[in-house]
Amino acid sequence: MKSLAELQAIKNRMKDKVVLRDGMEGTRVVVGMATCGIAAGARPVLNSFVEGVSKAGIDDKVSVTQTGCIGLCQYEPIVEVFEAGKEKVTYVKMTPEKADEVVQKHLKNGQVVSDYTIGAITA
Amino acid sequence: MKELSLNILDVAENSVKAGASLTQILITERNDVLTLEIVDDGCGMSQDVVRSVTDPFYTTRTTRSVGMGVPLLKLACEQTGGELAIESVTQEADPNNHGTHLTATFRMDHIDFTPLGDVSSTVLTLIQGHPDTDFLFQHETDSGVVKLDTRELREVLEDVPLNSYDVMEWVGAYLREQYEELS
Repeated sequence: MKSLAELQAIKNRMKDKVVLRDGMEGTRVVVGMATCGIAAGARPVLNSFVEGVSKAGIDDKVSVTQTGCIGLCQYEPIVEVFEAGKEKVTYVKMTPEKADEVVQKHLKNGQVVSDYTIGAITA
Repeated sequence: MKELSLNILDVAENSVKAGASLTQILITERNDVLTLEIVDDGCGMSQDVVRSVTDPFYTTRTTRSVGMGVPLLKLACEQTGGELAIESVTQEADPNNHGTHLTATFRMDHIDFTPLGDVSSTVLTLIQGHPDTDFLFQHETDSGVVKLDTRELREVLEDVPLNSYDVMEWVGAYLREQYEELS
């Protein structure tokens, strides 16, 4: 049975670890979580990013956050990736599987997965 | 929405946006009726706004002029023969006791009842996005209660953020264990 003592142990382990917070340099992954995003399946996409970033061991460089409606509801779930000094990348019609691929290729190895970006749809 | 838990996530976000320090999500299942309450201590709404939030053409957002969150929840409960009620007190009206109390009832034996779905995932998503506000989640059925109060976790964690991955993993397992005991 999970206990608060276990949580205490997590706290002791975590307290010296650097956690990337808003405003710090680094990559920001932003998932649209308004009504349109949620209805289109943004919740499992967000969870995939959170889990993937942690499992890939890049959570000191990449933060995953939520936002409201981005204004392109027909392309939800939408995920925006902001990197310092680079142009924003907008991924559209995301799924948990595509999210895993973006974590591995883009967030870990720096290769934008252009098949899933908004440019691939409008081009 | 495919699951009621997604409506809950969507509508609970309104409480956070209203500046709530505590948002309560209370689910009670009794005699084929599911009662969902979302209670916050946020800024509250005037009576005019309370009347208009169930109108899909009312919204606070600025990207376009429709807001479907509360209307979709209203539809989900009314299509089962249930109802939705919202009471709200603005900060101006009562600086010490303000906020919004939404109650939705669902007839679970109705063919149009949307399954509750993965409500643990909704709780985790809320914590992930809003680690600095508190949530009380309680799901009561005839076989027991599942409960999570982030204020208790915060007391243990002190300045370690609630949305640290290890903490979220613990919360996920904590909820899963409680649900396993229920079934």
